[in-house]
Amino acid sequence: MLDRLNFPQPGLSLTLFVIWQILSEGVSGGSIVLGLILAWLIPQLTHGFWPERPAVVKIWRMPIYVMRVLKDIVVASCSVAWLILSLRTPRPAFINYPLKLEHPLAISILASTISLTPGTVSADISDDNKTLLIHALDAASDQEVIDAIHNRYEKPLMEMFQ
Amino acid sequence: MNPFAEYAISALLLFGGAFTLVGAIGLARLPDFYTRLHGPTKATTVGVGAIMLSSVIYFSASGESIDISEILITVFLLMTAPVSANMLAKAAMHIGVKTVDNTEGHPWEQ
Repeated sequence: MLDRLNFPQPGLSLTLFVIWQILSEGVSGGSIVLGLILAWLIPQLTHGFWPERPAVVKIWRMPIYVMRVLKDIVVASCSVAWLILSLRTPRPAFINYPLKLEHPLAISILASTISLTPGTVSADISDDNKTLLIHALDAASDQEVIDAIHNRYEKPLMEMFQ
Repeated sequence: MNPFAEYAISALLLFGGAFTLVGAIGLARLPDFYTRLHGPTKATTVGVGAIMLSSVIYFSASGESIDISEILITVFLLMTAPVSANMLAKAAMHIGVKTVDNTEGHPWEQ
């Protein structure tokens, strides 16, 4: 029993603890106790789902990437809004995106980015983690979408997870 | 309250509301399940983001301390929206939902 009283992912535990203090109104004895319980319990329960940590993560590149994604979300939202309001019929497409990223964490960040930026939703990943199925709302050509995703999102992620 | 803050809050609320409305129109107007998936995921990201920003400005300008919990709500939304969109798409492919005729490419067999 005692050997389970550890924190397998200190970073995750610390994040959970801090988030709980922010969410509960004001730090008190109760919020600290409950925060500690959650910081211990949640990593224990989710431990099996986490991929192995990548060897090198250049975390300082993350803010630049997040800013770029936020800007793209706003710009592309406007174009999707325009598409919805104009009476033009969209040209939807399923696109097989060839992945160059290898680490599962990097791939899931890329897939989430694709879903967050308007106009594309990542639908599935092949069993060998080599191909991502993307549904695009309005694609002029497959190659255009693939190039855009590769240059804007996959390249920075590859630099981050090398 | 500072008039500039009031203008900023009104503008952000209108902007966020407009995007949420367009997302809802998209849900009604787009032709098939997969294209409809795009409407709500976009409305959440930009619409909720703008409304959250206006809420942060309101509580900061009305003299209370800056409240980070609203930003956390948006962060959680941004983290969960792609997962739900992905699960919806996978489920749709699993039961073989029909795509609109001019769709290029095919969903995968599940």
